Amino acid sequence: MAEAQIKPLTMNFGPQHPAAHGVLRLVLEMDGEVIERADPHIGLLHRGTEKLIEHKTYLQALPYFDRLDYVSPMNQEHAFALACEKLLQVEVPRRAQFIRVMYCEIGRILNHLLNLTTFAIDVGAMTPLLWGFEEREELMGFYERASGARLHAAYFRPGGVHQDLPEGLLDDILDWTERYPAFIDDLETLLTENRIFKQRTVDIGVVSLEEALDLGFSGPCIRASGLPWDLRKTQPYDVYEEMDFDIPTGKTGDCYARYLVRVEEMRQSLKIIRQCIAEMPEGPVMSEDHKITPPRRDEMKTSMESLIHHFKLYTEGFHVPAGETYTAVEAPKGEFGVFIVSDGTNKPYRCKIRAPGFPFMASIDQLSRGHMLADSVAILGSLDVVFGEIDR
Amino acid sequence: MTDSNQHQAISNDVLKDQAAKLESLQLQVSALLGTRVLGIETFRNELCFTVNIADIPSILIMLKEDSGGAFTQLSELTAVDYPSRPQRFDLIYQLLSVTYNRRIRLKAAIGDGEVAPSVSHIFTTAVWSEREVWDMFGIFFSDHNDLRRLLTDYGFEGHPLRKDFPLTGTVETRYDDQEKRVIYEPVSLTQEFRDYDYMSPWEGVQTAMRQDDPKPAEDNE
Repeated sequence: MAEAQIKPLTMNFGPQHPAAHGVLRLVLEMDGEVIERADPHIGLLHRGTEKLIEHKTYLQALPYFDRLDYVSPMNQEHAFALACEKLLQVEVPRRAQFIRVMYCEIGRILNHLLNLTTFAIDVGAMTPLLWGFEEREELMGFYERASGARLHAAYFRPGGVHQDLPEGLLDDILDWTERYPAFIDDLETLLTENRIFKQRTVDIGVVSLEEALDLGFSGPCIRASGLPWDLRKTQPYDVYEEMDFDIPTGKTGDCYARYLVRVEEMRQSLKIIRQCIAEMPEGPVMSEDHKITPPRRDEMKTSMESLIHHFKLYTEGFHVPAGETYTAVEAPKGEFGVFIVSDGTNKPYRCKIRAPGFPFMASIDQLSRGHMLADSVAILGSLDVVFGEIDR
Repeated sequence: MTDSNQHQAISNDVLKDQAAKLESLQLQVSALLGTRVLGIETFRNELCFTVNIADIPSILIMLKEDSGGAFTQLSELTAVDYPSRPQRFDLIYQLLSVTYNRRIRLKAAIGDGEVAPSVSHIFTTAVWSEREVWDMFGIFFSDHNDLRRLLTDYGFEGHPLRKDFPLTGTVETRYDDQEKRVIYEPVSLTQEFRDYDYMSPWEGVQTAMRQDDPKPAEDNE
């Protein structure tokens, strides 16, 4: 009798699945419960951001960056603002730099809160998510008080930040930083030594340092593989140079190491936020070069020149000198880069967005091969993917 | 005021330091690549080498393996479309060395319909990046194992990031209640797509452009 050929079972994971962290269609070829090949089909959230940006002025393009990684919007804006400033060669006032760094770290905590807790729910722990979202609520309150929007802030602008902080906000943030370490401790009691959590994450999805470099990893994922690489330290921007903080690294490069790195990063972020609050100088929050930044509202009532500037900026926008730049920031997920080609007009000729999640998603096949089906969920959760930025 | 002066002084030192580093990197990489360098451009402290598209794989291997280069990460692979040029695309390779903490960019021109050599066997990241470039620009890569579309819909036609692809696209979808399925139909706009020309007629453009640059192509179709 001829031997029976067993065809591998092809399974569809998503596009509508809570553990897919958005809209991901993962086609899995299974041998029993072991994954033989994983083929992610992405693009279900593709909105043509890069194409749209080519048709918008620089200022109109900025809000698109909130909508990429919608978990930590301001970090993305930061990359675009820095790229524009680099091309325009604008000086950003120090107060604005401190505000930006502070909000970037708030964004980092926002991101890690969502990632760690959804990761926990992916591997079976329900409570952290409920706790984490309570904390995120408070942080989004800080976003709202500064920018007026809880999520899509459009707060960082080329030349500074849009508005100064309202009175009392810094005190409230400082208060919160006093309370927050207790939350991290609580979170850790639930997960760090939790037997089930460790069984699901230790030695799952191991990435060696060579693989991590080859796969284009950055951020917590490359640090979990043992490389102390953080753009905030190695290629500092704004006032990160003056901040005192440590870069946590992992040793094993597995899902558990990535979890531990993120937990420690939250503590380091708190340190940076406290320093920002302590050292924040007084002064303007936006460059005074009104060919690039809008004039103040009260000036517009009395000064004809300001009125003209305002009109020109919000119709034509500013012109950016011709040239190219690749500017990257350390977003919570990793290296978020913006490659802008300017042709000297008021619109970017080309704007390529380098999302940290894109190489993570591309590595799913390599990482989940040979693992069980349930492990692919843990790997996906630990890589921290958000489809807003991957699909763009 | 002294405080800001001090910062100014520090930033001047930093700038000088950066410029010196950039120059040494430029010399080092030019020595490594030799005659394969067609052009060097430094702009805003970023180094960009123009090379031939055929040389890209050997150059990338060299930059990656050479201990003085150690550009072990390909942070970005993308393309830019200049429809008015005879070779309309530029392929951009952005490299990062975590050992020496520096970046360089390689640029190679390629025409429509020409085939670029794949670098996916050198950097695994390039597998998806090249798929994206194929999808968005229609640049074909040879020796790529899996060159399928990446971001666009199943059965999509055209390459959206080409300058001649309309912003509104060509097809739109809707759910049809009678047929009980999603149907595809040509885009119909209830009003003309409004792409305003904000360019000021009396100021701005010319002064902001470099003298030797060709005039930008009209992108308002």
